[in-house]
Amino acid sequence: MSQPFAKLPAWADYGLLPLINLIVAFFVAGLVVMLVGESPIDAAVLMVKGAFGSGDGVGYTLYYATNFIFTGLCVAVAFHCGLFNIGGEGQAYIGGLGVAVVGLGLGNVLPWWITFPLAIIASGLVGALWALIPAWLQAKRGSHVVITTIMFNFIAASIMVYLLVGYLKASGTQAPETRVFGDGGQLPGLGWLLSLIGLNMRSAPLNISFLLALVAAFLVWVLIWRTKLGYEIRTMGYSPKAARYAGIGEVRIIVITMMISGALAGMMALNPIMGAQHRVQLDFVAGAGFVGIAVALMGRSHPAGIVLAAILFGMLYQGGAEIAFDMPNISRDMIVIIQGLVILFAGALEHMFRPTLLRVLQRFARTKRQSTPAVAAEGGQ
Amino acid sequence: MAEPAIELVGIDKRFGAVHANRDIHLRVEKGTIHGIIGENGAGKSTLMSILYGFYQADNGEIRINGAPVRISDPNAAIGLGIGMVHQHFMLVENFTVLENVMLGVEGAPLLKRGIAKARAELKRLEQEYQLDVDPDALIEELPVGLQQRVEILKALYRGADILVLDEPTGVLTPAEADHLFRILEQLKAQGKTIVLITHKLREIMAVTDNVSVMRQGSVVATRKTAETTVEELAELMVGRRVLLRVQKGEAKPGEVKLSVENLTVRDSRGVVMVDNASFTVRAGEIVGIAGVAGNGQSQLIETVAGIRTAVSGRVLLDGQVIDITGAADPGELRDRGLAHVPEDRHHMGLVLAFEEYENSILGYHDDPLYLNGPFLDIDAIKADARKKIEKYDIRPSDPRLKTANFSGGNQQKIVLAREIERDPGVLIIGQPTRGVDVGAIEFIHKRIIEMRDAGKAVLLVSVELDEIRSLSDRILVMFAGRIVGERDADASEGELGLLMAGVENQEAAE
Repeated sequence: MSQPFAKLPAWADYGLLPLINLIVAFFVAGLVVMLVGESPIDAAVLMVKGAFGSGDGVGYTLYYATNFIFTGLCVAVAFHCGLFNIGGEGQAYIGGLGVAVVGLGLGNVLPWWITFPLAIIASGLVGALWALIPAWLQAKRGSHVVITTIMFNFIAASIMVYLLVGYLKASGTQAPETRVFGDGGQLPGLGWLLSLIGLNMRSAPLNISFLLALVAAFLVWVLIWRTKLGYEIRTMGYSPKAARYAGIGEVRIIVITMMISGALAGMMALNPIMGAQHRVQLDFVAGAGFVGIAVALMGRSHPAGIVLAAILFGMLYQGGAEIAFDMPNISRDMIVIIQGLVILFAGALEHMFRPTLLRVLQRFARTKRQSTPAVAAEGGQ
Repeated sequence: MAEPAIELVGIDKRFGAVHANRDIHLRVEKGTIHGIIGENGAGKSTLMSILYGFYQADNGEIRINGAPVRISDPNAAIGLGIGMVHQHFMLVENFTVLENVMLGVEGAPLLKRGIAKARAELKRLEQEYQLDVDPDALIEELPVGLQQRVEILKALYRGADILVLDEPTGVLTPAEADHLFRILEQLKAQGKTIVLITHKLREIMAVTDNVSVMRQGSVVATRKTAETTVEELAELMVGRRVLLRVQKGEAKPGEVKLSVENLTVRDSRGVVMVDNASFTVRAGEIVGIAGVAGNGQSQLIETVAGIRTAVSGRVLLDGQVIDITGAADPGELRDRGLAHVPEDRHHMGLVLAFEEYENSILGYHDDPLYLNGPFLDIDAIKADARKKIEKYDIRPSDPRLKTANFSGGNQQKIVLAREIERDPGVLIIGQPTRGVDVGAIEFIHKRIIEMRDAGKAVLLVSVELDEIRSLSDRILVMFAGRIVGERDADASEGELGLLMAGVENQEAAE
């Protein structure tokens, strides 16, 4: 038996439902804050102020958001092909190698506007190649991409430690990080952009890779909904049988999609390395690869949704840091709990309120319809 | 006169803009079999979902045995003695019959006592209604007809006096369907009330006492089955006169377009599904493959269409070999003039989540007509889709509508339009009218005949023997992967039925 039209209107599906999820997440987070004896209202004010109240706050929020846009797009592209790429973390981490090669090798020689495109290509390429192996195993051997990409996260982390400690470390230091890149390996900040809207950014690391992230989001939209390749990716994602029927090569599509996905994750490395620290540090990805999963879920795998969700998570990161700083009872770990709650409600439980909402909307539509003829009758008199 | 078992008074239900049920009045008398017939999308399933508590009516009243009731969920329906046998079985495949029957009414946290009680009760039910099933058999090992029997037992076990069956024969062979009807007669004799939802006229005539016809959300007529005819019901269903017989002239077979030689196909487990099959299809003829579902027809056409690989054998298209053992590419075969309307239109022929226009190019998305370099030329695709929508009368006529929201018949028309409008030399078509309403069947059959008359070679697979007999110029019968016989179009149903059951095959082997 079919379930005719058991479906929410678009505005409720993409607007109201995520909003309800978010409100519930913050409500539960508020309870946690109350539990440790702080005021949830004060905490909320602190968070919003910390994230958007100053030029630096906005700068940090968007800086974090940049990371999440890249990793969110990475997860979303694979989603459209029916693949769950959990390897964004590792692909981004290893993508840092591509940035390092360009930054260390050419940073002292070339200006940033030449090294930047080279670093985009290098980081994307390394990320893509790192995703190629799990993709190949999935396409040819049926090894589940979830398992292999998780394993590749660990392999990537170990390789990076090995390289940073053994080979990339600047001589004469104890810290497992590269030397600082030359001027050409440092991306310009976006203080001028914020000053256009009257904000003054001093120390925040927001840089030009934020604009690259927005461009990438647009290009992903074009790819998925406007190109033949995107059509093939979506066909494969919705129905592998239909893809076979349509003569779409499974191996080819899986490999290409995963490489695009890996390339997007790899480009995330540009933001912290070339944009902020100007060197490769241990664990510079800092979980952004996993946050990308939540961002993609919350953004419904649509680039516009991903940008918004990424900014929300950027706010949680930046505002959370402010709370931890100002409220002694709330440690950094508490902030992680709050972020976890948002991921839980917005990501894992995103459909929890769907049936209720559907029922409420149907009832609402019904009463409205019943009242309409009455109004019309009055109008006729 | 006794109170009716079910009385629906002014039931009304909307889903957004769709008025699924309009002011429905329906009386189902106790101890009768009441048929509800209508095209797909006429509102039959919605009405029954309201009766079973899946949906709430916006307006109206339900009376069971004369008493007004509120059915808020399926549990309430079960409590009122209403049982439902769904079109798609709700059985746990790797549970036994007994475990499935007691699922949800185990009675206690520990299973032991519940099982003993259930076993005794099941035995009683089986004897009372002569529904023999081995309680310890695994569902996945039972044939479909028996699985359905388990569904009926499940409903009876929960104390159902009113049994609603939703398209029960969709998955059954003719013999299994006849058996089901005997069971229904038996249940009726025991005083149960049965509501049979179907779009097959023959079933209505064969088994029901009364019949209500639904069209566009309304009950347009209720008749005593004995006092009506198939023609009248069909006309009531569609709202206009329908041609139930296919009209076609002599076939004029030309040169051989498709030739299959000694084809053998195994499935992924290594079981032989097609066993040394050979046949040809000529230009200007329709070759029908009859057989009970699961005898290798699906694998045969999927192999010829390049979707599956064969173990051995040759397939020639226009005299040129198709590489069926290696990586035959459906896209390449399309270029060579072989079109394929697959049996499984929901998962293979269409992507239901796509908008209609996106499906109108599936498989032909490489055509430069639809592309601007690497980009889709969406305007061109939509214009093309609109043309097909108009020519094939696909409704609603909106290329932006999600494909899942089209009725079965219109979905099939989307596939047909896509494949036929490419003017292929060979058309392979599987289950052309499965889940398709009467009005659309007529249209689809006409198109297939037109293809033949235009000199195309048509290979038709259907589990509906009537359809094979009325469309085909030659009939091949498949049984257990082999082609066990070839007959002319005028072969009798009995003769074909025996072949389909593998009878003659066994005699020959002896």
